[in-house]
Amino acid sequence: MIATILNRLIQMAFVMFGISVLVFLIFFATPGSDPAARIAGRNAAPETVAQIRHDFGFDRPLPVQYALLMKRLFITRDLTSFVNRGQQVIPQVIDAVPATLSLVTGAAILWVLGGIGVGLAAAAMRDTWVDRSLMILALIGISMPVFWLGEVMNLLSQSRFHDTWLFSWVPGLGYVPLTEDPAGWAKALVIPWLTLAVLYIGIYARILRANVIEAYSEDFIRTARAKGLSERRVLIRHAFRTSLLPFVTMFGLDFGALVGGAALLTEVVFGINGVGRLTFQALQNLDLPVILATVMYASFFVVAANAIVDLLYAAIDPRMRT
Amino acid sequence: MTEPLLDIRNLSVSFATESGPVTAVQDVSLSVAQGEIVSVVGESGSGKSLSLLSVLGLHDPRNTTVGGTVTFRGQSLLDLPPKQMRHLRGRDIAFISQDPMTALTPVYSIGDQIAEQIRAHERITAWAAQARAVQLLADVGIFAPADTAKRYPHQLSGGMRQRAVIAMAVSCNPALLIADEPTTALDTTVQAQVLDLLRKLRTDYGSAIVLITHDMGVVAEMADKVVVMYAGRVVESGPAAEVFTNPLHPYTWGLLGSIPPLTGTRPRRLPSIPGAPPMVGRVPAGCAFAPRCPARLGVCSTEPPRIGTPGHTALCHLTDSQRATARPTTLESA
Repeated sequence: MIATILNRLIQMAFVMFGISVLVFLIFFATPGSDPAARIAGRNAAPETVAQIRHDFGFDRPLPVQYALLMKRLFITRDLTSFVNRGQQVIPQVIDAVPATLSLVTGAAILWVLGGIGVGLAAAAMRDTWVDRSLMILALIGISMPVFWLGEVMNLLSQSRFHDTWLFSWVPGLGYVPLTEDPAGWAKALVIPWLTLAVLYIGIYARILRANVIEAYSEDFIRTARAKGLSERRVLIRHAFRTSLLPFVTMFGLDFGALVGGAALLTEVVFGINGVGRLTFQALQNLDLPVILATVMYASFFVVAANAIVDLLYAAIDPRMRT
Repeated sequence: MTEPLLDIRNLSVSFATESGPVTAVQDVSLSVAQGEIVSVVGESGSGKSLSLLSVLGLHDPRNTTVGGTVTFRGQSLLDLPPKQMRHLRGRDIAFISQDPMTALTPVYSIGDQIAEQIRAHERITAWAAQARAVQLLADVGIFAPADTAKRYPHQLSGGMRQRAVIAMAVSCNPALLIADEPTTALDTTVQAQVLDLLRKLRTDYGSAIVLITHDMGVVAEMADKVVVMYAGRVVESGPAAEVFTNPLHPYTWGLLGSIPPLTGTRPRRLPSIPGAPPMVGRVPAGCAFAPRCPARLGVCSTEPPRIGTPGHTALCHLTDSQRATARPTTLESA
């Protein structure tokens, strides 16, 4: 087991290295453009561009440029944004991480529980009206764009019904750090969590239902019934357990992508200063150092989430253990 | 005569399909006495597995209707509430499925799966159930049973898995074992071992066995009684010795002709029954076998009568004299 984990970590390091090289090449070795001018931003003074060219080693060979950049990203962490007048990039990203992690982790817990609950209920009562209504609800959840649902929730909880007992507890938009005020943190995030989770509850419930129903046609389900097990035990211990792999795979991908910045829309709608919003602003200003840092950060989460999924596979399915 | 252990009378099974209900099994009757081995024989799709599965309540109740009466130890099974049926399954009637490769849940160890069944029916500690699982694995002839109990299904060979499935089936000492083609998916040498094991279980545990198969060789070796099914109906049934020496139905002749002879000159090719069995829902009127029958008569398009002696019956129009002339010619032409 430890060997598997180590092996996976080494693989992960290689993938991260590959991503960093690719990102570097895209931003700094694209022919026909001057990276120094882009880092300096629009209307930069010629001295600034010359300064950057020297700092980043653009007058030296590519491997040296790469090494210098990685050093600034990970070791000295003094990569600065020129568009935002010399603001340090790494602290910006580090400040944004807790907000995104809080948002996505909370939503993930909701959507895993919701997806399993709805999916199993629908599979257990398949082809009845309960199943059909649950699946229609799931489809509605999938179809609602998060920015629209978020705005509607804001309209209801922040203005229309804010003074009623229903939503009077909802604080203003924005993120409250967990360390400062745990209760406030939770209150501020409940509605963003729900909004972000709705889409995924819909998707996960439908996928799980389909997988469980597929498992029901397997011989081992008949064996389990022939053993005289209760319907619930057959469902949970045999059908659900063997349908977990696709569920876990999807979770790894979605969680990684969301922590890596894909929760952008939710963050913007609810005024949460997370990684997605940071990337979005950087893209608007063409703030190359920030884009670089967030892309590296996002890739780290996607790769890490997938590594964890691989380890979970082995825990879930003995056939994956080698 | 003592009351049979399992008595199936006029069982019918039909499916709801998009084009209306389709009858797959019709008028099936058979009885199994204590400790008896009854073989249900037929081609694929003849409804043999389906009949026995619906007896166990393992059919899909949403689109399947089961009619007739099934009595097990004097208790009617078809109207039994699901909960009581569940207590019966696995404890009094056990089921061995065809393909040991897919019959076990891939994510649990063999020992856990056997213990799960024991604990579903008895108040027993997890530890004791595991110990019993190991003992059962030893009983079915698995080498290093304690080690095997900790293994997962994919780590065992087909024969080992079938043994594990059998160990699981007999874990609660069932009075009746329904084995659905238990040897079909196995190598010939392993087949013989599994059949030996089933016979040993009958002597050791006193279980009656319903052996579903399409292999007449297996029937000859195992059965006390034979039930031949074709297109969802019982076309012949009787004591094994009689069915083998004096088969009444032309379909049975065909099945018997497909056993390779062990003595005498080797036939150039084994006789086969021409054509294919009818699809469910497209069974012709009258005798379902008539289109493929070598001794077909004009009357065969009408419903055949049940003929023969009380112990040995068949569903056929042929009279004794017609049979006597028809059988040798069909064997020659084959």
